[in-house]
This record gives sequence, C-alpha cells and structure tokens, in this order.
Amino acid sequence: MASQIPAIEITGLTKDYSVGFWRKRMRRSLDHLSLRVEEGEIFGFLGPNGAGKTTTLKLLMGLIFPTDGTANILGRPIDDISMHRDIGYLPEHPYFYDYLTARELLDYYARFSHYPAEERRVRVARVLERVGLASAADVQLRKFSKGMLQRAGIAQAIIHDPRLVFLDEPMSGLDPIGRHEVRDIILDLKTQGRTVFFSTHILSDAEMLCDRVAVLHEGKLRGIGSPGKIVSLEVQAMEILFEPVENQPLPSNLAQHATPVGGRYRMEVPEAELYRTINDLRSCSARILSVSPVRPTLEDYFLGLVERKPNAPVEAHAQ
Amino acid sequence: MSAMPGVVAINTFREAVRDRVLYNLVFFALLMIGAAIIVGQISIGIERLVIVNLGLTAISIFGLVMAIFIGVGLVYKEIEKRTLYSLLSKPIRRWEFLVGKYAGLILTLVINTAFMTAGLAVALFYVGRPFVRSDASILIAIYFILLALALVTAIALFFSCFSSPMLSTLFTLAIYVTGLFAADIRDFGALTHSSFIKTATSVLYYLVPNFHDFNSIAVAAHGESIPFALVWQNTLYALMYIALLLVASSAIFSRRNLK
Repeated sequence: MASQIPAIEITGLTKDYSVGFWRKRMRRSLDHLSLRVEEGEIFGFLGPNGAGKTTTLKLLMGLIFPTDGTANILGRPIDDISMHRDIGYLPEHPYFYDYLTARELLDYYARFSHYPAEERRVRVARVLERVGLASAADVQLRKFSKGMLQRAGIAQAIIHDPRLVFLDEPMSGLDPIGRHEVRDIILDLKTQGRTVFFSTHILSDAEMLCDRVAVLHEGKLRGIGSPGKIVSLEVQAMEILFEPVENQPLPSNLAQHATPVGGRYRMEVPEAELYRTINDLRSCSARILSVSPVRPTLEDYFLGLVERKPNAPVEAHAQ
Repeated sequence: MSAMPGVVAINTFREAVRDRVLYNLVFFALLMIGAAIIVGQISIGIERLVIVNLGLTAISIFGLVMAIFIGVGLVYKEIEKRTLYSLLSKPIRRWEFLVGKYAGLILTLVINTAFMTAGLAVALFYVGRPFVRSDASILIAIYFILLALALVTAIALFFSCFSSPMLSTLFTLAIYVTGLFAADIRDFGALTHSSFIKTATSVLYYLVPNFHDFNSIAVAAHGESIPFALVWQNTLYALMYIALLLVASSAIFSRRNLK
C-alpha cells in the first residue's frame, strides 16, 4: 500500500497566534506536529474542539502560514500551487456562493481543473448524483440546509478526482442517512486508491473507517496508530447481565454493584472477581444472560485524554 | 497568462448581476437621466448642456457608489463567509484570485456604464438633438469616468485586503476626495510659510491619484473637444496606479493568515 513518497509528511509544524488587544501575547495552536500519512490510507485526525485539527488543515491548504516546521503533500511542499490539482478540501462548516445553484457551483470549481465544457457537465452531473444532490442541482445554495451544504462541499472536494482528499468534520450537520452516505463515499475513495485525511470528533466514524488515526489535544500529538493500537485491547472489566428470581431480593453484596436495566441487572466486575461473582449469582438462582469483556473504546481514550492534565504522560504510541 | 483570474472574474460578475442592489443603482441612474430630460426640456436652448452634465454626473456618482461599496467587500466577504477556503484549495494563486475579483467588478462597471450611456443617448435623442461629431467628447468623458472608477475599485480592493468594509469605505472615500482636490491642496500648501505643510501637501499631491484630471464632464457638456494627448496621459496614469495597487494588494493578501 505504502509508496515511497508519502501522501502527507508533516515535520514539526507549529502555529502561534497573536492574541490580546495589542496582539503581543502569543497563543500556540499547534505544537511541533509531525506525522506521515501513506497513499491509499484513510487517516482520521481526532481531537476535541480547539485541539488544533482545523489549524492543521488550514496550514496544509495554505490558508494560514506556519510559525515553524514544514509539510509536504504528495511529495511537494505546501506552497507549491501545482499540488492543489491533486487534492480536494472540504472546509469545516462550508459555505458557498449562495447566489449559485449547486450545478453552477460545481461547474465553477471544475473550471479550475481546465476541463472542457462537456466534460464539466458530465462530471458535475455524476458527482451531484454521488452526493445525493441530483434533485437539488438547480436550486440556489441560499435555499440549502446545513446537511445539503455539507454534501455540496464534499462534491466540490471530489469533482476533479483528486488523489488526496482532506475533509474537515465531514459528518457535521448530517442526519444518520447522510452520515452513512458520506461513509460510503469515503470508502469508495479508498477503493479507488485515493487517500482520505479527515478530522472528526465522531469517534465511531473514525473507528469504523480509519486505517490509522492521530489524536491531537491542545495542539500536541497524543497518539498515532491504528484505532486498535491507539486503544489498549486489554480487558478493563467483565460485564455480567443477569435476571434475578422473581420476588426474591438480591443479596446486598450483589445489589450494591448491579444496575437495574429493564427488569434485568447489569454489573461490571474486575476480571479476577468474575468466578466468585458468578458463584454468588448461582447461589441466589439468578439467570446469567451474558458475560462479556469490557474493552476501552476510542471514545474512552479520547475522554481520558481531555481529562488528563496537559503534561501528564501520553500512553498512546507515537510513530 | 493564467486563465484562473478569468474564471473568478466571470463569477464575480455573475454575483454582481444577481445582486439586487446593483439593479437599484442602475434604476436610480436611469431615473437621474430621465430627470435630465425633464430639466433639459425646461432649459430652453441649453438642453444638451444640461442633459450631458446631469447624465455624466449620474454615471459618475452611481459608478462611484458601485465601485466603492462592491469593491470594499470583494475580498472581505469571501473571507468572512469562508467561500475563499474551498476556492484557495483549488490550483489558484492568491494574486490570481485578487486580479479575478478586480476584473469581475470592472466588467460589471463597464457593462453598467454602457447601459447608462445608452440611457443618456436616448435622453439626447428624445430632446430631438441630432448626434454630431463633437459628441465624441461625451464618449471620451465616459471613458475617463471608467478609468477613475477602475482606479477607485483598485483602491477599495487594496483596503479590502486587510481592513473591514466600513474602514475601507472611509479610506477609499478619503483618498478619492483628496485626489479630487489634490492640486488645490498642493497650491494651498505653496501659499503657506510652513515648510512642513509645503512638503506634506506636495507629498500628498504626488501620493494620491489626481482624480481631477479624469473629470471632463464640463468640457463634454459644452461640446468642446478633448485633446487626444489627455486620453493617453490619463490612460497611462490610471494603469500605472492600478498596477501598483494590485501589486501591493497581492503582496499583502498573499501573506495574510485567513482565520
């Protein structure tokens, strides 16, 4: 999968913003970020609000300029305009010329790739179909809902068949069907051998789609690797779901740890106490419905990261 | 030459055409020309002078309003609404975007001025005045108005690259008004005994564009001819200033962080 030239190579990328009335104080938004994304990967860029995800994407797009560090996209420096022929970008909360229709907007963007009129027409129709906007093709964008704008944004990012697509919060504002369709588009791009770099805070999407993820917090890279590697696969606890005998109270040692869930009980116990708990349940004739290991999710990792003090040690792997 | 500015220019023109404010301006400009007809009819013997004077003034004022109010928002709106983000991810350089926006507004101004010129021609035709050779000076006066508008647009665009529309409007208007009276200001400075004021007014005279030289409305209204040398002089003068302003705008905008 990996070619010699990475799709994205970021080295020590740093961005400081001047803040305050006199703009003399500096606030670091991105702190020496280094990472490498291989061609053909779906790469998730995770982090809470204000982590530096959008800043990174804006730096890569040349919308803002780095305080320090460098980045190459498809082997070319980010200030090389020719590189932009091979990339697509969906900004966060996209907004477009609201006096244009979706068809006109996509035709406008396709002109930057020098396609002749007939090819533009075919491409625009195809991509509108792909993002589910074919029926709204001739509606002015001022009448679009947030979800429709998001779809138009994705359409403009892929209208020219880029090798690498950057998506900033692509699922934002979409209903479940829309999210499912965007997931399909991302997977389609991967099937076509494209690289997708997307930022998100919807962790289930990242777990489902990404070959690798990077977690960013307070401008610093906290971890990078496959979702399974980022999250330790060690069992944290065992979950037992059981049904007590009708009209028979639970023994106090079980009752204090069990949570009633619709006539059933759920409890989490340390792995070492599993058999003792099962014996306790058997002794009071409870019906054990399931016993399953509890593993941390990416969400748990994410929450732990946010709650962790900034200088606390990072447990995730750094590449 | 890159084709990118052309793509942006056509879209900028389309935006202006679909903007209702623009139609209002054209409507009021045509209304002014209509008023010129009425005033012309009661100005026995000097219909031409009145109609041409009022008509050209209307073209100039409404063109100026368009150039400033659309010009100051050219870049600002694209940043504020973040439409620029997806645009700059395409293979277009920032200077190409700027030149495209500028060209789009100039195209809009040219077409609107053409409409208003047609209105003025209709007004002159209505009062039964045959077109004569000296009417060429009216067209030259309109060309000068367009040159001045192109210059004002470049100034508005320049401020639009780093300032809010409100401040950009103020700065552009201030430069325009100063430019209209640049020669008077210099002459005033020459009359004082303060060497500082003399130097300051002199610097101001050479720094701001001299808009007074683009005003040939009175000459055209009186049917006098405009020397051809002035056409060349004004053209080169305007082009030089516009080029300088576009280069400065590009230099500023190319270094700007888009937050």
